[in-house]
Amino acid sequence: MDQKLVAVIDYGMGNLRSVSKAAEHMAPDNTRILVTHNPDEIADADAVIFPGQGAAKACMGALQETGMIHPVIQAAQEKPFLGICMGLQVLMSHSDENQGIKCLDVIPGNVKHFEFEENSALKTPHMGWNQIHQTQEHPLWHNISQDSRFYFVHSYYVQPENSGIITGQTTHGTTFPSVLSHNNLFAIQAHPEKSADNGLQLFKNFLQWNGQ
Amino acid sequence: MSLAKRIIPCLDVDDGRVVKGVQFVDIRDAGDPVEVAKRYDQQGADEITFLDITATAHDRNTTVHMVEQVASQVFIPLTVGGGIRSVEDIRTMLNAGADKVAINSAAIFNPAFVKEACDAFGSQCIVVAIDAKKVSQPDEDNKWEIFTHGGRKETGIDAVDWSRRMACLGAGELLVTSMDRDGTKIGFDLELTRAISDTVSIPVIASGGVGELSHLAKGITEGHAEAVLAASIFHFGEHTVEEAKLAMQKEGIEVRL
Repeated sequence: MDQKLVAVIDYGMGNLRSVSKAAEHMAPDNTRILVTHNPDEIADADAVIFPGQGAAKACMGALQETGMIHPVIQAAQEKPFLGICMGLQVLMSHSDENQGIKCLDVIPGNVKHFEFEENSALKTPHMGWNQIHQTQEHPLWHNISQDSRFYFVHSYYVQPENSGIITGQTTHGTTFPSVLSHNNLFAIQAHPEKSADNGLQLFKNFLQWNGQ
Repeated sequence: MSLAKRIIPCLDVDDGRVVKGVQFVDIRDAGDPVEVAKRYDQQGADEITFLDITATAHDRNTTVHMVEQVASQVFIPLTVGGGIRSVEDIRTMLNAGADKVAINSAAIFNPAFVKEACDAFGSQCIVVAIDAKKVSQPDEDNKWEIFTHGGRKETGIDAVDWSRRMACLGAGELLVTSMDRDGTKIGFDLELTRAISDTVSIPVIASGGVGELSHLAKGITEGHAEAVLAASIFHFGEHTVEEAKLAMQKEGIEVRL
């Protein structure tokens, strides 16, 4: 059986180790998980995981510095691609974070901050285990129950122009799109690498997915 | 359907081993952080916090190795506190697989460190730990101050003001421990927890004083905390995390089961 190569994109930020460890934990024998910032290796990979943490500006800056902007956009358009947290947000056209910043524009839309009333008991960041309501069927939902809980930590959320790509939604004061999918791309606001069994199942599904 | 309130077991770690008597009937080595963390994960812990109480640099390297071991087998958020003094300390822990670090005294000696840490790694992984003691008399308005050195040394800093300041510097979360209640098993200082939680817009974790399950729910309903941290009630096999969650659910609190 041919070996399958899955690249975890390393742009020098965030906690890659959790993501690569969770993927390795669920990887079939013929699958190799490679943490890399080499554009050639990303081009060669059969599938790509794009994790992310921190602020949008720092993420975009790091992608720029490491020469990863083009390889990431290309992978997001061509092969099974899993965006996680900031790896979802920077796929959008623009983020309101850091006084506004232009992002990768793979998915038309904006990223905006949670806004609550002054005396609201709701906290920002949205941190902890919340439910994802699956609004569309998808191969990556295989063996994950409707409304399962995943671990979130973020202060901004995505607003795609095309609501048809919303694949999961979550409520924290407001109901926001927590999963987007389009062709070969699946991107999630929560952290599957920190979401115990549901998260591991999502990695398992992704590693078996052909992007269709 | 909304965000669940969290239960966080806390473990003291010395030289890469769990100390302070963790007792599970069926685990072979109660000092093995991987076994203990796995057990709490199976019981439904929402996160795990490790408090590194080691003194030497050598022991600290052992802790880093321990975090690596745990992070490769337990897939829930891990926080490491104790001895986090520099951006490099944080980077080391995050690279080892920690998701968050708790900064305590280093924030007091150099508050700018909190901002530096948040700018470098993002607010989501920076927890500021606040050890507070009540300093007001019973007939006065409530007032708490920050203490260091395990509650022995006063700083004169007002705990509520300090919380607001830490939130402004970018902290993603506050771990608020009542040094009056820590180890007493009589419950959280709910007034302290509430005073801080109602002041800041970031999540607050209540800590210090849990002796029975009902104390946990009170931390949420009366203390307005987003999460509750406890050590001994879970370690000594008195209660499982699952029992704690069921007890919270009975009080109308949303939990992850």
